[in-house]
Amino acid sequence: MPAGPPKVEPHILREGMRVLWVAVRAEPAVFTLSVAASGLYAAMTVASAWVLGWATDHVVLPAFREGRTTAGTLTAGALAIVGVAVLKALGVGGRRFFAGLMQYRMQARYRRAVTRQYLRLPLAWHHRHPTGQLLSNANADVEAAWAPIAPLPMAVGVVFMLVVATVSLLLVDVPVALVGLCVFPAIALINVVYQRRLSPLAARAQQLRAEVSEVAHESFEGGLVVKTLGRERAETERFAERARALRDANVAVGRVRGLFDPLLEALPNLGVLAVLLVGSMRLEAGALNAGDLVSVSFLFTLLAWPIRALGWVLAEVPRSVVGWNRVRAVLDASGSLPYGEHPLDGDGPAGLEVREVRFAYEEPTDEDGDGDGVGNGVGNGKTHVLHDVSFAAGPGRTVAVVGPTGSGKSTLTGLLVRLVDPAGGAVLLDGIDARQAGRGAVAATAALVPQQTFLFDDTVRGNVTLGADIPDEQVWQALRLAQADGFVAALPDGMDTRVGERGATLSGGQRQRLALARAVVRRPRLLVLDDATSSVDPQVESRILQGLRAAQGEDGGSTVVVVAYRKATISLADEVVYIEHGRVLDRGPHAELLERSEGYRNLVNAYERAEAERDAVEDGRDAIEGEEVTA
Amino acid sequence: MSAVSTVEKVGTGLDEGAANRDGALATLRRGLRLSPEFRVGLPVTLLLGLVATVGRVVVPIAVQQTIDRGLQAEGGPDVAFIRTAVLLSAAVVLVTALAAYLMNVRLYRTSEGGLATLRIKAFRHVHDLSMLTQSGERRGSLVSRVTGDVDQISQFMQWGGLMIIVSMGQLVVASVLMAVYSWQLALLVWASFLPLAFALRYFQRLLSGAYTTVRERVGDMLAAVGESVVGASVIRAYAAEERTARRIDESVESYRRAQTRAQGLVALTFPSSELVAALATAAVVVAGTLLGVGGHLTAGELVAFLFLVTLFVGPMQVATEVLNEAQNAVAGWRRVLGVLDTEPDVADPGPAGRELPRGPIEVRFEDVSFAYPGGPTVLHEVSVDIAPRSRIAVVGETGSGKTTFAKLLTRLMDPVEGRVLVDGVPLDRVRFSSLRERIVMVPQDGFLFDASLGDNIRYGRPEATDEDLLLALTELGLADWLEGLPRGLDTPVGQRGESLSAGERQLVALARAYLAAPDLLVLDEATSAVDPATEVRLQRALDGVTRGRTAISIAHRLSTAEAADEVIVFDHGRIVQRGPHTELVAEPGVYADLHASWIAQRRI
Repeated sequence: MPAGPPKVEPHILREGMRVLWVAVRAEPAVFTLSVAASGLYAAMTVASAWVLGWATDHVVLPAFREGRTTAGTLTAGALAIVGVAVLKALGVGGRRFFAGLMQYRMQARYRRAVTRQYLRLPLAWHHRHPTGQLLSNANADVEAAWAPIAPLPMAVGVVFMLVVATVSLLLVDVPVALVGLCVFPAIALINVVYQRRLSPLAARAQQLRAEVSEVAHESFEGGLVVKTLGRERAETERFAERARALRDANVAVGRVRGLFDPLLEALPNLGVLAVLLVGSMRLEAGALNAGDLVSVSFLFTLLAWPIRALGWVLAEVPRSVVGWNRVRAVLDASGSLPYGEHPLDGDGPAGLEVREVRFAYEEPTDEDGDGDGVGNGVGNGKTHVLHDVSFAAGPGRTVAVVGPTGSGKSTLTGLLVRLVDPAGGAVLLDGIDARQAGRGAVAATAALVPQQTFLFDDTVRGNVTLGADIPDEQVWQALRLAQADGFVAALPDGMDTRVGERGATLSGGQRQRLALARAVVRRPRLLVLDDATSSVDPQVESRILQGLRAAQGEDGGSTVVVVAYRKATISLADEVVYIEHGRVLDRGPHAELLERSEGYRNLVNAYERAEAERDAVEDGRDAIEGEEVTA
Repeated sequence: MSAVSTVEKVGTGLDEGAANRDGALATLRRGLRLSPEFRVGLPVTLLLGLVATVGRVVVPIAVQQTIDRGLQAEGGPDVAFIRTAVLLSAAVVLVTALAAYLMNVRLYRTSEGGLATLRIKAFRHVHDLSMLTQSGERRGSLVSRVTGDVDQISQFMQWGGLMIIVSMGQLVVASVLMAVYSWQLALLVWASFLPLAFALRYFQRLLSGAYTTVRERVGDMLAAVGESVVGASVIRAYAAEERTARRIDESVESYRRAQTRAQGLVALTFPSSELVAALATAAVVVAGTLLGVGGHLTAGELVAFLFLVTLFVGPMQVATEVLNEAQNAVAGWRRVLGVLDTEPDVADPGPAGRELPRGPIEVRFEDVSFAYPGGPTVLHEVSVDIAPRSRIAVVGETGSGKTTFAKLLTRLMDPVEGRVLVDGVPLDRVRFSSLRERIVMVPQDGFLFDASLGDNIRYGRPEATDEDLLLALTELGLADWLEGLPRGLDTPVGQRGESLSAGERQLVALARAYLAAPDLLVLDEATSAVDPATEVRLQRALDGVTRGRTAISIAHRLSTAEAADEVIVFDHGRIVQRGPHTELVAEPGVYADLHASWIAQRRI
C-alpha cells in the first residue's frame, strides 16, 4: 500500500492544544491534582534552595563563628531540609502518578471508543481497512495521541513560572527584561519551525508503524502458506523493507528532534547570559543595582531546566496530532446500518421475500493518498455481484440456493441476515423490509452459518451461546443436532474447554459443527446455511441433515435457506433457486430444474457424469485389453 | 489460565523460560548483542555525550561564577570580567548544544538501525518456528513482539543507555572531589545512598514484573481487538456486539490497570532519590557543623561540599529515571528474546542437509506415530509406501488422522516415533529450500494475501509472467472462471482474500501451488468449497497435468477417491484399507461404508 504524501496541518500547535484540551476536559479532577502536585514540586524546588541558604546562614555559619552549636539548632536545620524534601517528593510522585493515571485513562477511554466503532461500522467499512491498520488505530495511534499528557502537568507549571518570571523581570528593569524576554519569542519561533518540519515526518513514521504492523499481521496469519511454499525469506524481505522504511522515517524524525532539544535547552542559558551582559551595562550606567540583577539571573537559571518540560510536550505534539487524526478518522467514520422501529416478533418460522436485490462490492483500497491510512471509499471501482435477484420462501419452507463457485451465493446469504444492505431492491422478513426492523430484531430472527467459520478465543459454551442465557441442556441439544456432542464431550473440560484463538485447537470440521450449533441453539425463525458442512465427512453430514429434517417437524421449526451442492441437501428443499453470475437463471423444484436447466443439470450431476465417463473409458480399455487377449 | 492448557494441545507456544529466568542485566546484555548496530561509532558518541554532559554541568557553574565573582565582587561589580565570562559561557553553551545535537543524531541512527535489525530477526524467527509453536501463540501477541515490544526499547536506547554511562562518570568525578574536601563527609554521603541502592534493587524487581505484565496485557488487548475486526461478520450476524465490547473492555481495562500499577511503582521509586538526597544533605549539614565546631573543616569547605552533593545527587536521580526506562526496555527485550530463544522444533538442516534431485517423488512412512503435545496419540505406527507417479486419495472419517498424515508428509511437523522418507532420504535431512520446492501442500483454508489475484498465484514462483499464469489457469481448466472476473489477474482479492468467495479462494490456492510446480502435490481438502462441476473439471485437469508427478489428495468428496489410482483409508489413526476404488468398494469395511453415505447423499 503506497503511503501518500502525509497531510500537514497548518496550525499543528493549535491542533495539539485542542487535543490536550480534550483530555483536560475529560479528566478535570486528575488533571488538577497533577498540576497541583507539579506546582508543589516547583514551589519546593525553590524552597529547597532557600532552606539550604537559611540553614547555612542560621545554623552552619553561626556554629563556625562561635565554635559551638546546640542539638536543637542542628535538628531544626536537618528537619527543615528533610521536610521540604518530603513535600518535594510528594510533588514529584503525585505529578507522575496523576499524569500516568490521566494518560492511561484517556488511552483506555479512546480504545473503548475506537473498538466500539469497529463493532458499529458496517462491514463495507471493514472491507476497506486492513486488520493491521485497525489494530494500530486502537493501539499505537491512541498511544501517540495521549503521549504529551505525561509531561503536561510539568509544562503547565512552567508556563505559570514563565508568567511570574516575566512580571518580575518587568518590575526590575525594562531594557533588561526586554532582552531577557527575547528568549520567549525565540522559543516560539523555533517551535513553529520545528512543528512544521516535524509534522510530515511524524505522520509518515506513524503511517509506517501501522504498515509494519499490517505486514506482520498478514504474514503471520498466512504462516501456513508461507511455510508450505517455502517463502520465509521473501516474506522477511517484504517485512524488512517496511521495517527499514520505518527506521529511516524515525531517523528523520530524530534528526529534527535531536536539533530541537539542545536548542531549547540552550536558549534559557543564552538568555541568562544576555541578561547578565545587558545588566552589567545598565549597572555601569547606574540604572540598576547588583542585587536586582542577581535575583533576575537566578530566576532565569531556575527556569533553564523546567523549560525543557515544555519542550517535551511540544516534541510530542506533532505525533500526538497525527495519532489523534487517525483515531478521529475512525471515530468520525459514518455509515452504520440504520435501524427502523419494527419488531420482528412473529411466532414460528419467518416468511422471507427477496425482491429484485442488487449488490456491488466496493473494491478494497486505501489509496486516497491523504496519509491518514483511511480510505475514503470514494471513486473506487465497484464489482457487481448480484443483479435483480428475486425469490421467496414461505414460513417453514426450505429453499436451496445452487450455483457455481463465485456466482454470488455467499453475498446473498449475507443480505438475508442483513450483514449488508442491498444497493437496490429489498429483503423482506415477515413482509417487513429488513432495513425497517428494529436494532437486534433481524439477528434475533435469523441465524447465518457462514462458509468461513469464526470462533472466539473462548470456551465451547461461550462460542455456542455467545453470552446468551441458554440452559446447558439446550446447548447439548444443539451440539447433538450439529453432531458436535461427541467430540465436545471428549474434550478435557467438556463444554468449558477453551478453543484457542479462532478455534485453533479444533479441526475445520469441528469448527464448522460448533458454528452450526451456535445457529440452531437460538431456534432461529430463519436459518441460513452457507455451505455449512463443507468440511464435514459424508456420514456426519447425513446425520446432521437427518437431525435438521427432524427438527423441522418439531416446534414449528425454521424457514431454511441453504447453499448447497450435494443432492442430499438439495433434497431437503421445497424449491431450488439456481444462480449464475449473480442472476437467478431458474427457480422451481429440483426435478423441474433438472429437466429444463442445463447449467443446473451439469452442476448437480457432475459426479455422476464423471463416473459414467470414467466407466466408459475403463470399459473401453477393458474392451481393448480383451481384444488383445483374443488376438 | 485454562486457555494455556488447551492451547498446548495443538500448539506448544513460545519457550519464554530462558528469557524470563535471566536477570535484567543478562537480558540487557543479550539484547544489545543481538543488534550490532548499537555499537557502531560508540566511542565518538560517548565522547559527544561527555562533552554535552560536561557542558550541562559547566554552564550553571559558569553562570554562578559570573554572578559571584563578577556581580558580587568585592568593591562593586567587575563589568569587564562579566563580559569575558559571558562570552566564554556562551561559547560553552553553543558547543554543548552542538555536541548534544550530533550525539542525538548518532544515537537515533544507531538505535533505530539496531531495532530494525531486531524486528527483522524476530520476524524471520517467527516464520522459522514450527506450525505447532505458531498456533500455540495468538497472532496479536506475535505481532506485538515485532512492533510495540521493540518500540519499548527505543526510548532507552536513544537516551537511557548513554545517560547511565555519562551519569556514572559524573558520580565518580563528584565522589573524588568530595573525598578531597572531606573524606568523612564523603563516606557519610555514600553511606546514605547505599540503602537507596538496595531499595532500588528491590524496586527494580517489582518494576520489572510490572512492566512484563504491561507487555503481556498489550498482547491480550490486541488479540481481543483483533477478534472484533476479523470476526466482524459473525459478531453482526449474531448481534454479539455488546458481548464482544465487554470482552474488549475487560482487556483494555486490565491493560490500563497494569500500566497504572507500573506508574504507581515509578511514582514511588522516583522521589526516593529525592528523599535520600535530602537526608544526605541534612546529614552533611549536621556532621559538617560538628566537624567545623571540632575545627576539622572550614565554613567555605562545607559550603563547597554541599554544592558537590548536588552534583552527586543529579546523576543519582537520572539513574533512577534510566532504571525505569531500562526496565521497560528489558520487558520489551524479554518478549523479543522469547521468540528468538524458542528453538524451531522442526528445524531446517540447512547447508548440511540433502538436496533432492527433481523428478517424481517416492514416499515411505516407517512405523510413524504422532501425538500433539500433551494429547493422545492420533497416528499409530503407520507404515506405507507411495510409489512415484502414483495418484493417491486419502479418505476416512473426521478425526481419523488424514490431516496429520499430510502434515507429517510435508514436514510441517515431525513424527513422535518412526520416520518419513522421500526418495529414500529421511525427511528431516532434506534442506528446506529443496523440500518446499519439491513438496507443496494446499491446505483447506486457502489463505490469500491482500494483493492482486495474479500476485497471489505468483506467490510460489515470483518470477512467473502473466503468460505463465494464464497458461497454468488454462491447464487447470480455470480460464473461464478468470474471464468472468472483470479485472482478470488484476482483481484485488482483499484481506485474507475475502473479496473472493471461499470456493474461488481455493481455486487461487490450488493454482498457486500448481504454478510452483512441485514434484509431490498434497491436497488437503483443497476443493471442499468448490462446486461439483468445477471440481470435476479441476480433477480431470489435475489428472492430466500431474501425470508424471506424485499427487496425494485428502477428500471428503469421494469423487476424488473414485478417480485415484489408489485409495488409502484411515480409521482411528491407523491405515485400515488400501487399494483401488473398485476393489475397496466391493469388500465390506470402512471404505464401503463411507462410499455408501456418499452415494446416499447424491440421491434425492
